[in-house]
Amino acid sequence: MNTFVQNLIDGLGNGSTYALLAVGVSMLFGVMHLVNFAHGELLTVSAYVIYGLRSKDVSWWITVPMAILGAVALSVAIEFTAFRRVRTASAFTLLLTSFALEILSHAVWRIGVSSKPRRYATPEIAFKTFDLGPYRVEVWDVISIVVAVLCFVGTAIMLRKTLFGLSIRAASEDFDAARLMGVKANRVISGAFAFAGLLAGIAGALYLLRRGQADPRMGAEPLLKAVIAAIIGGLGSLKGAVVGGLALGVAEVYFRSFLPNDLQGLTDAFVFVLIAALFVVRPQGLFNVQTAERV
Amino acid sequence: MLAVDEVTTKYGALTALHAVSLHVNEGELVALVGPNGAGKTTLLSTVVGLLRPTGGTVRFDGRTINGLDPAALVAAGLALVPERRRIFKDLSVAENLRLAGVTAKAPDRKQRMEQMAELFPALHEKWDLSAGFLSGGQAQQLAVARALMCDPKLLLLDEPCLGLAPTMVDVIFDLLQRLRSQGRTVLVVEQQAQRVLGIADRGYVLRTGTVVAEGAGPELASRADLFETYVGGS
Repeated sequence: MNTFVQNLIDGLGNGSTYALLAVGVSMLFGVMHLVNFAHGELLTVSAYVIYGLRSKDVSWWITVPMAILGAVALSVAIEFTAFRRVRTASAFTLLLTSFALEILSHAVWRIGVSSKPRRYATPEIAFKTFDLGPYRVEVWDVISIVVAVLCFVGTAIMLRKTLFGLSIRAASEDFDAARLMGVKANRVISGAFAFAGLLAGIAGALYLLRRGQADPRMGAEPLLKAVIAAIIGGLGSLKGAVVGGLALGVAEVYFRSFLPNDLQGLTDAFVFVLIAALFVVRPQGLFNVQTAERV
Repeated sequence: MLAVDEVTTKYGALTALHAVSLHVNEGELVALVGPNGAGKTTLLSTVVGLLRPTGGTVRFDGRTINGLDPAALVAAGLALVPERRRIFKDLSVAENLRLAGVTAKAPDRKQRMEQMAELFPALHEKWDLSAGFLSGGQAQQLAVARALMCDPKLLLLDEPCLGLAPTMVDVIFDLLQRLRSQGRTVLVVEQQAQRVLGIADRGYVLRTGTVVAEGAGPELASRADLFETYVGGS
């Protein structure tokens, strides 16, 4: 029982990073029919912002907002310089564009900074624990879960109550019909990229404070997990992305804790087998989504 | 108010409209009829900016509007009720209307929503229901209400009666006449050619991308030759 609860907290802490990324991936898929493989690069830029500012001894209170801002800025810049040019192209072109951006980002960091990881000292709070009855809980896990929940609630309110949120939902269902109502395509798409960037920046901050290093290819793995989480939930479904991300985080921690030591390295493989099994039963993911129309 | 002048629109190599000209004057109800594939929907899509014409001009209120973004046309005073309605099924009825008021200022949007509640009592009852649960007739009313939220100078309707039960068709025809008596300018594409021409000020008959007849609505409706040959009667 002890390990069960312990793992659940660890897993939700991990999973909240995936879920925050996955919501962004799913939102962009909804409005643009784009699986954005460059989305993970937003973590990378946040990491280098942290490394850059911390190496000049800038306070964490300034560093973290700057890291988040960096992710938002890159997300908007990617849309403006790349995806806007190919918006009416096929889904395949969009996918290739996102791969190109991912590779370009790796190259920029490798040439501009170094191909070796750059380390920064993590703040004390990142690994602090406290005892809650029989459980030893990491403070950062609790913070991650709380911040993620606030983000999900904030996203839900934004989607229900604001005109921007309604535009995103409408555009995800039928983009041309939304344009006929006066929704500006550029505004809703760059807004969606900014919002997805914000969530990625927050996910980045939660993940990077414990990670302690920046390296050029670091965005790839969390992004892969986020894409899988979004697919588990049903691409385009934001609720699904949250559930998928948390489930994936929890599944990873459970496999890691139950697998014998020799098989620890295969955690991902076991998780992926489980996911493959899920898709046999529900190929459309956990939640059904109306087919989105592309611009 | 609207002047379509020698407009040609192509889908790839296929020419859907061959130098089509038509106009709509302020306060008129104009009907555009013709068989399937005649290019009626293409014409409306070209007017609202979803398609770009390869030749000719579309002028609205004296301003050339071809190639403008649909959002800019909504701001200019054009609104389309698209074919098959295309309401947002995941949004509630109220959310559909609120979104459609996106170009308006907040107090205007609120006022128009109240007007829609009055104009469409059937919708008001379902205000917070997902639009996906509406019946065909209610969904069509929502599609019209949504376009009216843009407070258009010219309202375009694409086959508003498609797939509706006969009693609902009556409701839509009533609505068309009501809009006209309110002084709205309306261009409507309709399959039930003779019926819609009967209530229209003027009409155009479109066939394989060309205007083959035009004139006063009731007069066109009574021309048996047109409907035997081109539209198949009604």
